[in-house]
Amino acid sequence: MAISSKKMNPYDEMMKGLWRDNPVFVQVLGMCPMLAVTNSAINAIAMGLATFFVLVGSSFLVSSLKRWIPKQVRISVYIVIIATFVTVVDYVLLATVPAIHKELGAFIPLIVANCLILGRQEAFASRYPVKLAVMDAIGMATGFLLAMFALGSVREILGEGKLFGVSLFGDNFEPWVIMILPPGGFITLGLLLLLFNWVGERKQAFIAQVAEAERGKA
Amino acid sequence: MDNLIWIFISALLVNNFVLAYFLGLCPFLGVSSKLETSFRLGLATTFVLIITALCSWFLNTYVLTHAPYLRLISFIVVIASTVQFIEMAIKKLSPALFQSLGIFLPLITTNCAILGLAIFATNRGYGLWEGLTFALGAGAGFTLAMVLMAGMREEAEIGSVPALVRGTAFNLIISGILSMAFMGFAGLFSST
Amino acid sequence: MSSGLPIMEKEPSSTTLVAALAIAGFLSGIIIIGVYLATFDTIAENKARELREAVFRVLPNVTRMQKLRYDGSELVVLPDNAKDDEETIYGGYNDAGEFVGYAIVNAGPGFQDTVRVIYGYRPAERKVVGMWILESRETPGLGDKIYKDAAFVANFDNLGVDPEIVAVKKGTKSRANEIDAITGATISSKAVVRIMNEAHKKWDARLPVTAPALQQAAE
Repeated sequence: MAISSKKMNPYDEMMKGLWRDNPVFVQVLGMCPMLAVTNSAINAIAMGLATFFVLVGSSFLVSSLKRWIPKQVRISVYIVIIATFVTVVDYVLLATVPAIHKELGAFIPLIVANCLILGRQEAFASRYPVKLAVMDAIGMATGFLLAMFALGSVREILGEGKLFGVSLFGDNFEPWVIMILPPGGFITLGLLLLLFNWVGERKQAFIAQVAEAERGKA
Repeated sequence: MDNLIWIFISALLVNNFVLAYFLGLCPFLGVSSKLETSFRLGLATTFVLIITALCSWFLNTYVLTHAPYLRLISFIVVIASTVQFIEMAIKKLSPALFQSLGIFLPLITTNCAILGLAIFATNRGYGLWEGLTFALGAGAGFTLAMVLMAGMREEAEIGSVPALVRGTAFNLIISGILSMAFMGFAGLFSST
Repeated sequence: MSSGLPIMEKEPSSTTLVAALAIAGFLSGIIIIGVYLATFDTIAENKARELREAVFRVLPNVTRMQKLRYDGSELVVLPDNAKDDEETIYGGYNDAGEFVGYAIVNAGPGFQDTVRVIYGYRPAERKVVGMWILESRETPGLGDKIYKDAAFVANFDNLGVDPEIVAVKKGTKSRANEIDAITGATISSKAVVRIMNEAHKKWDARLPVTAPALQQAAE
């Protein structure tokens, strides 16, 4: 956990959440909202943005207050901070976009139980300066948002033939209803993970190949 | 009585917490590699769910009637501390029980099925008995899903699954198939 | 210990710990109450509008409404901000303030999960004059036709309730108390009918032909 001697670059901290340490595809965190509210692209984005706000806000606060939080009660304090942000999001969504709030329903308060958020506080925000913590949170939350959007749009396109409610294929398309039902969530995420693994493996193989070729040249 | 049976069957099969509501996925995907462990984790979770139903009913009825905005925070704090207290009590009273179930308790408190139960029960306006039935059904449903999943994973261990697919991707796809099977329970109660 | 961490030389006393938690809880309470108060009016307004729209949808020509509650012997008017319970229904009135019909809410098991139905009822004609689904998780593409299929919803625009509402196979509707079930979603269709029949049985004897007069002043 010691900070390595190499200088930490805020930009790198942000980018790692997008692909290399993507919270969903690599760390497999936050599965519950990931599957439950991705039956349409718009719900997925709303949930992604709510999580974004909570994660970035909590990381900022935890990182700025870390000097005053006693180590023994840190988890409780983190949870109180996260729950405060979640309650705020819950009321703001209810007041501004009641229709989306109704769709997301009980899964907004459940953002509290998203292990991604508590995990980032414990593993990162409580150890690093505010700037790095916020960049890390933005990266992770964006990675989560992108994964939510990927899953939500695939499920909506196949399950309803629409994206953001706009029909894509005309009347002849027979929607794969199963995709917007729970099994579709499991299977789509499974297949996306598979794709992610496959791309990762191909990349590894490619790097190895290049290294081999260079050794051959030398 | 009809209502209680519907709540139980709905939480157990038709709207299974794991397979239809995606609650409690972390242990479902993470801890379900052994049948024996899965079953014990399921029992311990059911126990915590029942405690949760009691706590949330108490809070909703006596504490939060005038302060609904503090619901989330008080649920988390009260459920976590009650479970911790019971954990200490079990450790003192019955070390054997603690060995078999108690070790899971801290893990379960952070499980979203717990908070999910409290929130669903509140949103639906369940009373004490309805809440307890709901908790029992949800716990039994969670245990059932865990045990089925563990059984399949134990079988898959000895099968020839390609290395690329092994792991979470594979578990998610078999969960999808399991979830599809559970969809067959829909209409179980209303078709009569 | 890394340079990023505050260095803890000795264990803090339990007073410090309790104080830290108390401060965190206190600050969080203040923030939450602030947001709650700031959003309270909008949220209450949204909820009231949603309900009003549902009532107006199931009772044609209704432009005003008030809450009514059965107190064991008769219907009494409740203020708009009163809490709803199982004994609450809504009275619908037209522009002139004349009574049109009741809007009744009831819930029950559907194909997938609980379905909440609101329907408009005119006691003078003993007829249902409109139905809308407030909440359901029925199967998309099949069961959700109970509110997405305009033809199914139109079944309830002029529907007799005696002896009770009956769902029949699509296209075979012949009597005033029958509705065409949705092909492929018979269970969801029947669930709607069952929920309405249950509510009707409970409310039938309690509803006078003319409801208590509209109390609030014209807007």
